[in-house]
Amino acid sequence: MSGGEISSRTLQIFFLIIGRRLTGRMAAVDDLQFEEFGNAATSLTANPDATTVNIEDPGETPKHQPGSPRGSGREEDDELLGNDDSDKTELLAGQKKSSPFWTFEYYQTFFDVDTYQVFDRIKGSLLPIPGKNFVRLYIRSNPDLYGPFWICATLVFAIAISGNLSNFLIHLGEKTYHYVPEFRKVSIAATIIYAYAWLVPLALWGFLMWRNSKVMNIVSYSFLEIVCVYGYSLFIYIPTAILWIIPQKAVRWILVMIALGISGSLLAMTFWPAVREDNRRVALATIVTIVLLHMLLSVGCLAYFFDAPEMDHLPTTTATPNQTVAAAKSS
Amino acid sequence: MAEAEESPGDPGTASPRPLFAGLSDISISQDIPVEGEITIPMRSRIREFDSSTLNESVRNTIMRDLKAVGKKFMHVLYPRKSNTLLRDWDLWGPLILCVTLAFTTYILQIFRMLQRDSADSEKDGGPQFAEVFVIVWFGAVTITLNSKLLGGNISFFQSLCVLGYCILPLTVAMLICRLVLLADPGPVNFMVRLFVVIVMFAWSIVASTAFLADSQPPNRRALAVYPVFLFYFVISWMILTFTPQ
Repeated sequence: MSGGEISSRTLQIFFLIIGRRLTGRMAAVDDLQFEEFGNAATSLTANPDATTVNIEDPGETPKHQPGSPRGSGREEDDELLGNDDSDKTELLAGQKKSSPFWTFEYYQTFFDVDTYQVFDRIKGSLLPIPGKNFVRLYIRSNPDLYGPFWICATLVFAIAISGNLSNFLIHLGEKTYHYVPEFRKVSIAATIIYAYAWLVPLALWGFLMWRNSKVMNIVSYSFLEIVCVYGYSLFIYIPTAILWIIPQKAVRWILVMIALGISGSLLAMTFWPAVREDNRRVALATIVTIVLLHMLLSVGCLAYFFDAPEMDHLPTTTATPNQTVAAAKSS
Repeated sequence: MAEAEESPGDPGTASPRPLFAGLSDISISQDIPVEGEITIPMRSRIREFDSSTLNESVRNTIMRDLKAVGKKFMHVLYPRKSNTLLRDWDLWGPLILCVTLAFTTYILQIFRMLQRDSADSEKDGGPQFAEVFVIVWFGAVTITLNSKLLGGNISFFQSLCVLGYCILPLTVAMLICRLVLLADPGPVNFMVRLFVVIVMFAWSIVASTAFLADSQPPNRRALAVYPVFLFYFVISWMILTFTPQ
């Protein structure tokens, strides 16, 4: 046997070891002839069909392999290398999303997070440090849908319940005020927040894809990563909504500023690398639009769900035009 | 062929005979019957009853189902780690509880309308019958889907069953709140109601966690339990606030 054949055989076994460890598939092995390598080969193959693999007699092993015996070593090398290369490329490219989208397992890949990972992502969203990209640091390997969905659900109920409570406390002394827990507002809040958390990322993703086709950007995000960033950036609004119960206008606006500052900076720092190489104006306009939409969401929620605190001294009849004025002021 | 400890081809020793050596000597003669019916040593009449429950009286069916539901209620009220709720799941209990909850809000709504004796029932923002029903059932379905997506090994209807049955403490809380409100309203009244609702809320959480937490791997348990917490919190909020002032 020549040196070239020895080295190619060694290469085969090397790839086999890797392939077996990574994929566990033994399809490529069945086609191999291992007559020259007694112990190593048979211990590697572990062919389930071969019930009596006799180590002392290497000449018998080809009999138990179901594949047709190959001729010389060269085609086997190519085929084996080809098989393993395709194994490895398939592994490295998209191993997580390999199920078709109509199976349950496909959606399970989006919930493949542990408790500590979710907590880490939430902490990362609360402390945006310049220079640390949220997506690269926390999500790049594994965007999840658990965080966005349940943070939005919690936010919906937090806003609805806090709005209800604050209105109740504001109008507490009035005799003419009849407390109604307004459950219709829950559905309105749900529509607004879920639309924001899903449609704005969709629009942003479409926009970024379009710009990517024109200008080559180094950083590009998938749709799920954008949804993830938006979902986790809404987390700061949950304590903000609870603190909005305090019926002081100044306190509420300070809270709006703080929350907007934190989540807006998180979004801006995440998306700046994605538009940086673009035309200066387009990049700035994108970032400004992102922050503006975020501000619109928070101010709109504050105006719609929380009555203005000065109303408690006025009788209910004049409260209605003032409320419409307040709503018009902030829209 | 399975051999005893001796190596093949050793005719000398007579002690351990090969295991199935005498098998070839057996022949099935014609007078040994190899067909027939396998009877259990009980009266054959009972077999007819076991085979179909169609023939029993309606009262028997209803009582059997009611007893199963009642047994599960007991399991919820005294949550121990048992598998009864999971093994023999049924959705009667959740349906009864959900209808009770929703129907009580409907009765309250009608009551309020009659009391106020005005036509502004549109401004009444309390939960409608449909809202309660939808929140309970869609909330339970969402939590079940979440639990399954996270990789829990509980089946869909088992999880619905557990979540529905664990609404029982909150239904009791609502009936208690309704009774408490027959007294004069005031801050003491509110404190009593708040206390009752908080206690029942904690009871529901403990009961459902006792059944559901085991179905998740330990590194995701909190992720699966949090939606349950949110669900019962929302229901508690509804109970606490929709009683009329």
